[in-house]
Amino acid sequence: MPSDSVLRIVWIYPDLLSTYGDQGNVLVLEQRAQRRGIETETIHVRSSDPVPEGGDIYLIGGGEDRPQILAAQRLRKDGGLHRAIAGGASMLAVCAGYQIMGSTFGGEEGQPVQGIGLLDIASARGPARAVGELVAEVDSALGLPTLTGFENHMGVTRLGAGVRPLSRTVKGIGNGDGYEGCYAGHVVGTYLHGPALARNPALADLLLSWRVGQLPPLDDSRYEALRQERLATVLAD
Amino acid sequence: MTQLPLRAQLASALGRSAATLSRMTGRGDGSVIGGRVGLLLEPDLLRKLARDRKLALVSATNGKTTTTRLITSALLDLGEVATNAYGANMPAGHVSALSQHKHAPYGVLEVDEKYLPEVLDTTGAGVVCLMNLSRDQMDRAAEIWLLAQKWRRALAGRPTHVIANCDDPLVTWGASTAASVTWVAGGQRWKEDSWCCPECGGPLDRKDSFWACRECTFHRPEPQWALDGEMAVDPRGQRWMLDIQLPGSANRSNAVMALAVAETFGVPVERALPRLREVTSVAGRYTMVERDGRHARLLLAKNPAGWLEAFDVADPQLPIVLSVNAQGPDGRDTSWLWDVDYRILRGRPVFVTGERRLDLALRLDVADVPFTLCSTFSEAMAMQPPGRVDVIANYTAFQQIRSEFGRAV
Repeated sequence: MPSDSVLRIVWIYPDLLSTYGDQGNVLVLEQRAQRRGIETETIHVRSSDPVPEGGDIYLIGGGEDRPQILAAQRLRKDGGLHRAIAGGASMLAVCAGYQIMGSTFGGEEGQPVQGIGLLDIASARGPARAVGELVAEVDSALGLPTLTGFENHMGVTRLGAGVRPLSRTVKGIGNGDGYEGCYAGHVVGTYLHGPALARNPALADLLLSWRVGQLPPLDDSRYEALRQERLATVLAD
Repeated sequence: MTQLPLRAQLASALGRSAATLSRMTGRGDGSVIGGRVGLLLEPDLLRKLARDRKLALVSATNGKTTTTRLITSALLDLGEVATNAYGANMPAGHVSALSQHKHAPYGVLEVDEKYLPEVLDTTGAGVVCLMNLSRDQMDRAAEIWLLAQKWRRALAGRPTHVIANCDDPLVTWGASTAASVTWVAGGQRWKEDSWCCPECGGPLDRKDSFWACRECTFHRPEPQWALDGEMAVDPRGQRWMLDIQLPGSANRSNAVMALAVAETFGVPVERALPRLREVTSVAGRYTMVERDGRHARLLLAKNPAGWLEAFDVADPQLPIVLSVNAQGPDGRDTSWLWDVDYRILRGRPVFVTGERRLDLALRLDVADVPFTLCSTFSEAMAMQPPGRVDVIANYTAFQQIRSEFGRAV
């Protein structure tokens, strides 16, 4: 936590990577911090602007192939995100943003495109589109409840030795190898797009706690009602 | 019109019979099944039915059905018009529409954005009207940069004349390979999908309604028509008070697009505009329904841009019922709820229902919008005091509500 006690949430490139509800992750983090009396400041970084290094939590979302390639090029050239992560900031990278974090990902014709190398993963275009609800059991080291959300991507992601799988899929495709997402240090990547944190408030709290320490519990009845309805419906399918 | 070949005549007639059966048995309005039967018997039926007619195709993310209806009303000034009035906007629906009006010299077809290249190729339509492109149900709709790219390829090298909204950069890009374009400054309320240049990916700078890429030469073309508040401005600079009955600025924009299309067909504004003013509701949209002294106005909103338009129409003084489903036609993914800014509803009595009411409940909770959760639409209506109420629903939720009121149009 920075000394001035404001939690800085940095949303990277909403002009390129915010295809579907990615704003939800920003709003959920803001709400869960504010309801605990933590002041927040949210910075929307357009792709023509430099990425500030002084943020606490960085978010990057999903997008189409062309914007994804542009975002990777600009982040590599900018270097601000790399410096922020090296400085201990936490990060949630979603879908196209998740793939960008690796060494390589599939472009619009399936051609390999260079990623930004913040996670030891490599992605490529898969054989078929993975669309639908996903349920996964989170790595026990993280102590989080079942992951629930929606995936919509064509990527297949191979995890290297430098990351751990975030979760093991019960329903859905995820990385394509029986696992969904990955993490290393305070960086989490996932195919759960859009408002993944709205469906998984404990993951939001994990990102917050990495920066501000232990958090008091909140009344999560609205979140829980949605989680239970979704998990019951999807697992009964 | 020239006579259809025998096989096409038979296919067209059988399709009409299937449509009649579908309507009589209460399965639907028959416009999809009829077309499917026809296409099965004669795969080239759409091309044959389209031949020798003057056709306009209408496509966009939002406002397709309404704009199709407005253009149709205007062209009725010239004679009979074939149209898919109920939003069956894929080739089966087009076959059905053209079969039902075999001798209509004009046709106005609403076309799903993804199908535009195919339908343009098959029908050889002379006019295409393009209004807007924004994020839509992502699990079933196409990505919109890709879509605009496909429009470009489909329009390149054809004699087709395009009428396009130049306030939407992605539509402008999608239309700009056409041989000739009439640009309409139709406005753009939802801007979240057009901060970057579709040509090069650079940032788009905006000043009032003008926009231009900071890095390449792509910029807003000079419009011939414009929407200016309540007025339409025609290419001669003459201003026309629109005074249409359909509410909201999105519909005024649709009306200016319709006037521009009508003029292309030779219907001048003074003849077209009175016809646009006669349209009061379109496939149930904007209809006022009544139950036990409660008067509910039904607004359809299928995606974030559509919700912005619905908020523009809704009366801030009234209570509001919101209903959200996530069946196939709605998109099974409710992520889009997080792209809608619901804070505008603060201070109104808000009632939440629909099959995915828990998703919407959490969304409103995070936006600090107080609301009442209702398990059914009837329950939400019963909680209203006598008087007026606005209802915003997405696609299947809207159809369910319409059915409760006997599909009043």
